[in-house]
Amino acid sequence: MNEHGAADTAQAAANHSAAIASVFMELGAVIIGLSVLARLAVRAGLTPIPLYLLAGLCLGKGGLVPLSFSEEFIGFGAEIGVILLLFMLGLEYTGEELSSSLKRGFKGGLLDLALNLTPGFIAGLLLGWSALAALLLGGVTYISSSSIIAKVLGDLDRLGNRETPTVLSILVLEDLAMAVFLPLVAVLLLGQGLVAGAVSITIAVTTVAVVLLVAVKQGGAISRVVAHRSDEVLLLTTFGLVLLVAGIAQRMQVSAAIGAFLVGLALSGSVAEKARNLVGPLRDLFAATFFLFVGLQIEASTLIPVLPLALGLAVITALTKMATGWWAAGWAGIALRGRIRAGTALVSRGEFSVVIAGLGAATEPRLAPLSAAYVLILAVGGPILARLSEPLSNLLQPRPQPIVAVPVTEATPVSSEG
Amino acid sequence: MAKIQETSLPGVGMRHEFTTQSGDHLGVITHRSGRRDLLVFDRADPDACGVVVRLEEDDSDALAELLGASQVTQGVAKLRQEVGGLVIDWLPINPSWSCSGCPIEETGLQQQTGVSIVAVVRAGETIPAPDSSFRLQPGDMAVVVGSPDAIGQAIALLQKGEAAKKAVVPERR
Repeated sequence: MNEHGAADTAQAAANHSAAIASVFMELGAVIIGLSVLARLAVRAGLTPIPLYLLAGLCLGKGGLVPLSFSEEFIGFGAEIGVILLLFMLGLEYTGEELSSSLKRGFKGGLLDLALNLTPGFIAGLLLGWSALAALLLGGVTYISSSSIIAKVLGDLDRLGNRETPTVLSILVLEDLAMAVFLPLVAVLLLGQGLVAGAVSITIAVTTVAVVLLVAVKQGGAISRVVAHRSDEVLLLTTFGLVLLVAGIAQRMQVSAAIGAFLVGLALSGSVAEKARNLVGPLRDLFAATFFLFVGLQIEASTLIPVLPLALGLAVITALTKMATGWWAAGWAGIALRGRIRAGTALVSRGEFSVVIAGLGAATEPRLAPLSAAYVLILAVGGPILARLSEPLSNLLQPRPQPIVAVPVTEATPVSSEG
Repeated sequence: MAKIQETSLPGVGMRHEFTTQSGDHLGVITHRSGRRDLLVFDRADPDACGVVVRLEEDDSDALAELLGASQVTQGVAKLRQEVGGLVIDWLPINPSWSCSGCPIEETGLQQQTGVSIVAVVRAGETIPAPDSSFRLQPGDMAVVVGSPDAIGQAIALLQKGEAAKKAVVPERR
């Protein structure tokens, strides 16, 4: 190599090193910023998701302190974040839980879909959006945040309550509905013709159904193959498997997120338990990155004009969610106070509304800002509303006197289970 | 006994509940993490819990002890699952087994199956970590540790002795 070339190489190396230094510093500062926000959220007993979104807005285009170097990295982290969010969601439920929820809560699930997808869909159409963008907005308003709700129920000591199985089975069905909704939307977004589109949708949904069935029936066998006593081996195996299947699913145009969801479903028992503990921290890191990235992509100036609209949509869909919980709990034989608790618990929207909005950001420019504002309102407002259910019930019905006889609700006797 | 009802809580665990003879409604949530919540339902609002007591595993054991229930079987069931792929099993040494009366080293248990005898219970007395010259006797209870497959092989070996050795294909995962 001649002297000139060597100098060039040295110069390139120096540039590269300087670029890496900038990216590290910027990423480090951003992540520390997120950790401070998470601290605040934990102290306030809230979910940090809206704060991450706000941080993204401040750092994004037209924000207070735009990022210069690391957006590419954050974008890549965000993709992994979506996959891990869905993987952990699949991990959350066992096959039996899915099928028992499907049997027990099917009627409630349908009501939930009808009452909560419709307002978003109609709002989209009224705004003059394409049917697809309106459908995505319907998805945003439909899906409650299972992570926020599970946390709120735990914090408020309501996990043992009789309305809780109803609430949880609605959440499970929403998550199952995502397994159909996401590939459907992924195909529609490709914008093929009617016939080609129909074929793709059929392929996508059939694939999901088959994998779902295999996952539920053969989950034990898959888990045994994955199982290992070393945490390191298990972490690498699961993470690799999730990425690989997500990639294959994406290639087959079924959406990467669904691939990850199905891997999560397929794992069960002690492997699932371990994977939850191992992948949980990774999910937290990458999901934070994802929410930040969604915020980054939104121009702060586009958020203000959609605020009234988001607020209106939030109010309407908070009411429809409350109606869902009210009726579903009523069908399960729950009394007034429990029905109010079930209704208010379901209002929170969060991570998956953001995921759905993220899918269609390119088709409709107003979808992302509107959804972000909507999630900001309901991720904060939902848990507050859940806490207000007690005073709300007292308003409607003075606290009843103690009764001795206890009605038996939809629980099944142990003897019939084994 | 009161009728206990079981309800699955997707993503959380299981809830068991029953009504006491005095009309109170009690329940327990067994979380997947092993934590338990003791529930006392509200008499005024029977759909809600008036009191929820969080019990870590030690606390549950202590409470069960106080209430007089035997935790032994549950403890064993848990151990079987939890020791990273290993299983603890209790093998009663039958007089007809070829190993009865043999020193442990002669059974070839450790070398051929990888299973270890970590304790022997004899006449109600526990002998921890018996050494290789320890003789197994009929009526002993050998406490063994190994992978589930290896324990199956170990049982065959202890029963049939030399004859089984050829049949046993050591299989490691």
